[in-house]
Amino acid sequence: METFEMEPSLETVKAICILDNDGRRLASKYYDTVTFPSLKEEKAFETNLFSKTQKANAEIVMLDGLTAVYRSNVDLLFYVIGSQTENELLLLSVLNGLYDALSQVLKRNMEKQGLYEHMEVLMLLLDEIVDGGIVMETDPTVLLHRVAVKSEESGFSEQSVANVFQNAKESLKWSLLK
Amino acid sequence: MNVIRGYKKDDEEGGKSGPFQNLEKSTVLQEARAFNDNVLNNKKCTLILTKILYLMNQGVTLTPAEATQTFFAITKLWQSKDITLRRLVYVSVKEMAKIANDVIIVTSSLTKDMTGKEDQYRGSAIRALCVITDNTMVQAIERYMKQAIVDRNPSVSSAALVSALHIFQRGAVEIVKRWVNEAQEASTSDHLMVQYHAIGLLYHIRKHDRLAVTKMVTKLSRSGLRSPFGYCLLIRIACKVLEREERSSNNMLYDFLESCLRHKNDMVVYEAARAMVNLSNITARELQPAVSVLQMFLSSPKAVTRFAAVKTLNRIAMIHPDVVTSCNIDLENLISDTNRSIATLAITTLLKTGNEASVDRLMKQITSFMSEISDEFKTVVVEAIRSVCIKFPRKHHILMTFLANMLREEGGFDYKKAIVNTIIAIIEENSEIKDVGLSHLCEFIEDCEHIELATRILHLLGREGPRTQKPYKYIRFIYNRVLLEAATVRAAAVTSLAKFGASCEDLLESILVLLERCLLDNDDEVRDRALLYMEVLKQKQKSLSSAFILNPISVSVVGLERALLAYCSQPNDDPFDIKTVPIETTPYNETPKSIGEVTTGGSVIKSAPVASKHDIFVEQLSAIPQFSKLGPLFKSSDSPVELTESETEYVVRCVKHTYLNHLVFQFDVTNTLNDQLLENVRVEMEETEGFSIISYIPIASLPYGQPKTAYTLVGIEDNTIVSGTFLNTLKFIVKDCDPNTGEPDDDQGYDDEYVLENVDILLSDHMQRIVKPNFAASWEEIGEENQTEGTYALSSMKDISDAVKQITGFLGMQSCERSDQVDHNRTSHTLLLAGVFRGGHEVLVRARLAQTGQVTMKMTVRSKDLNTCELVAAAIN
Repeated sequence: METFEMEPSLETVKAICILDNDGRRLASKYYDTVTFPSLKEEKAFETNLFSKTQKANAEIVMLDGLTAVYRSNVDLLFYVIGSQTENELLLLSVLNGLYDALSQVLKRNMEKQGLYEHMEVLMLLLDEIVDGGIVMETDPTVLLHRVAVKSEESGFSEQSVANVFQNAKESLKWSLLK
Repeated sequence: MNVIRGYKKDDEEGGKSGPFQNLEKSTVLQEARAFNDNVLNNKKCTLILTKILYLMNQGVTLTPAEATQTFFAITKLWQSKDITLRRLVYVSVKEMAKIANDVIIVTSSLTKDMTGKEDQYRGSAIRALCVITDNTMVQAIERYMKQAIVDRNPSVSSAALVSALHIFQRGAVEIVKRWVNEAQEASTSDHLMVQYHAIGLLYHIRKHDRLAVTKMVTKLSRSGLRSPFGYCLLIRIACKVLEREERSSNNMLYDFLESCLRHKNDMVVYEAARAMVNLSNITARELQPAVSVLQMFLSSPKAVTRFAAVKTLNRIAMIHPDVVTSCNIDLENLISDTNRSIATLAITTLLKTGNEASVDRLMKQITSFMSEISDEFKTVVVEAIRSVCIKFPRKHHILMTFLANMLREEGGFDYKKAIVNTIIAIIEENSEIKDVGLSHLCEFIEDCEHIELATRILHLLGREGPRTQKPYKYIRFIYNRVLLEAATVRAAAVTSLAKFGASCEDLLESILVLLERCLLDNDDEVRDRALLYMEVLKQKQKSLSSAFILNPISVSVVGLERALLAYCSQPNDDPFDIKTVPIETTPYNETPKSIGEVTTGGSVIKSAPVASKHDIFVEQLSAIPQFSKLGPLFKSSDSPVELTESETEYVVRCVKHTYLNHLVFQFDVTNTLNDQLLENVRVEMEETEGFSIISYIPIASLPYGQPKTAYTLVGIEDNTIVSGTFLNTLKFIVKDCDPNTGEPDDDQGYDDEYVLENVDILLSDHMQRIVKPNFAASWEEIGEENQTEGTYALSSMKDISDAVKQITGFLGMQSCERSDQVDHNRTSHTLLLAGVFRGGHEVLVRARLAQTGQVTMKMTVRSKDLNTCELVAAAIN
């Protein structure tokens, strides 16, 4: 069916795609200019990929001689793509690194709207996780540290406002009890 | 317009659009002016820059002018101390470097950031810097790169290593090679990814130095790594080393692979398992540990892990089905997996490992979800069926039914082709099922959108149909094609009909009626064919039918076109001679395949590259003035012969080219000494009886490492002598030179010579293989009057199949009608061979072999050229 030739190389990832539930690209990175010479091939691949994966949540799919591992959440689909002979578990660790790091930033808001609000973080994450097809880092904690997401950035989210409110209530309670 | 449509969309989505929907390039670029403000608003700038990156990621292209302008605005952002903003700047620099001009101006800013105090900037700055630095400028940053590689901060070190690899692959090989010591130091780093990147860089630098790679793998595998990614890479390198060496000599690496099976990270375990599967000549026993870990993966909750395991087991099942049998129970559990890919792989694996009784059940199971899986996997199923066919001939009927059902379903070309190939393979293997198979194919072409498949099937029907019990029942299907299909298919159908007419006398009258109707077709080719076949058939002569219908001419189409062009360009009164056209080459391994040979690959027929090889030779040789008058190239030897050991000072390979009255020896010479420049390099050959040396074409200058070609032209003096041995000597002038520049030290060289292996000329060098689909017809066509016969005792051959192989190879002819397949335990066999002798004389050989203690052969040779007959007969002695 296929050759299992594995030329030792650091370049293991051919593409990372993040699509929404209509198959539209939110952000994609392609590292293999031979398989994907232009935007046309990229878009065609994404359409094909989306049509094959939107229904069945199967985690892994083979198409066009490539292996794609994927995860989805609400209206987001995350894909990491490698060659058909690539170690699938290696691709999976890249996918999980990206997904987990992002979910720590977006917290409960892991959906398209939330992603738009943190687009700059996504851009930096994509830059830090894979460079020219070479996996740079997959540990979400290290990744988050590298993109330097500051705690105050999420300081004004609803959640922290609620926290402040809670704290204020607590202290008021205590002061009343005294 | 765009904008208006955009707003509507917003309303539909309840106005939930963020700043990233409906972005306009011009607006965003306008906004980028804010970067020039005296006091920067970090938040605003971050958003704008993100928008620009987002647009580019969406595929919006900026013109070089727009990009350059934007880029210069971005450089202003260096004033900001906001980390996120600065990091986005680095990313933008990399993106802009592809289109904008003068990106080089940020070199100093990046160099400052890369060596600065702020760790958050450094790694990213290095990567951006290496993107904008071209190979000539790398030297300027070399010092910083070396420091960065050994930096204590992992992000800095990784960035430097990865960038170094990018620079290396961009071509600045020499500079990066100087960083080996730093990379070496980084490979002992405590940080997982740094170690991985360092090993990767070291391997790329040393890739061509076998010894260094072996040393590196041995050392690292002994000391162990921390990084799981590093392990995966090391396993791949180890495999590469194991592939090159005899495994027995490096048991340590094999033990290393096995030890990786016990690693705590699944990724490493899986990598090791599949690496072992890929080792050539691995034994079933050695695979056992790998199979055990894969078996555990089969019950993993993660689909990806299950997929990986079953995919690899499927592969093992192709080579060593017995080892996988132990997983059968676990595989059974997967046949209803929600991931259809996993289910399909599990079933196809079981088909290979299971017993005959389970075939029916598995086929039923897979039928239930055939419609849900992708074409890729359907093809996998077809391949599996093919291998089941070899194992269980008694299941041919049920499998054939299944294949026929699949043919009826929707599917792409590749998938349909795989099915048709499998059916054809089964038909060829099992004559009992031929009728059923042909009927299925007939039904398929009734509604087949793929012209290539339809013509192929029509061709097959023409060949196999007349030999079945009831040939007439196929006529209707074929004639329907004449009425309904495209011109290509109609023409193929006409040819197919004619074959029935030529082979079955009782159908001849009806066929003639049908062909007559084809004369009204509106396509030229169809009419021409119909007319030709009608006239031939009306003659009712066996030899005519054979020459024009059953065994049509087999010249290469490209060659025919070339020969006709040449003929037309020179006014000439002589008629065109078809014998000057090169024969269509049929590569040796393309003989009718048994089912077993095809299971491993989709690459069933590859005639195109072979034809082009002949064309390449023709082109190269005709460019040389001395050879332009030799006439068309008749044949080139298949693979080059090595005239030296592979690891010597000079490497010489020889390709033999045969012309009508000449031989050309092509010597590909490589000089492997980097301190020598060779001049006037030629291969001197000693004349042998029947051949005379006409001229040498030497290589003027042969520097180190660049293969070049010398030729020797030999005339064939005596047409009754076809074989001989040439003694060869490589002669040349040596000039010592500087290994680095290749400049010779002085102009005065000295003569030297080097003795090469002999080159043999054999009968097969004068013979081209051709296929005769209907051997008997051609045999009768040449007739009894042009034959020679002889009986031989083949004492050196151990059995019949050995004799078949040797005789076919020795004569260089094509085996026909699957007569190269010898049943075991048979004591007699008839081998049918066809070929064209130099000069365009067709030769047919019928060899009757019998084994009574030793192999004896009665060989009959037929050719219209008596000399050829005798040469072939004499060659066996």
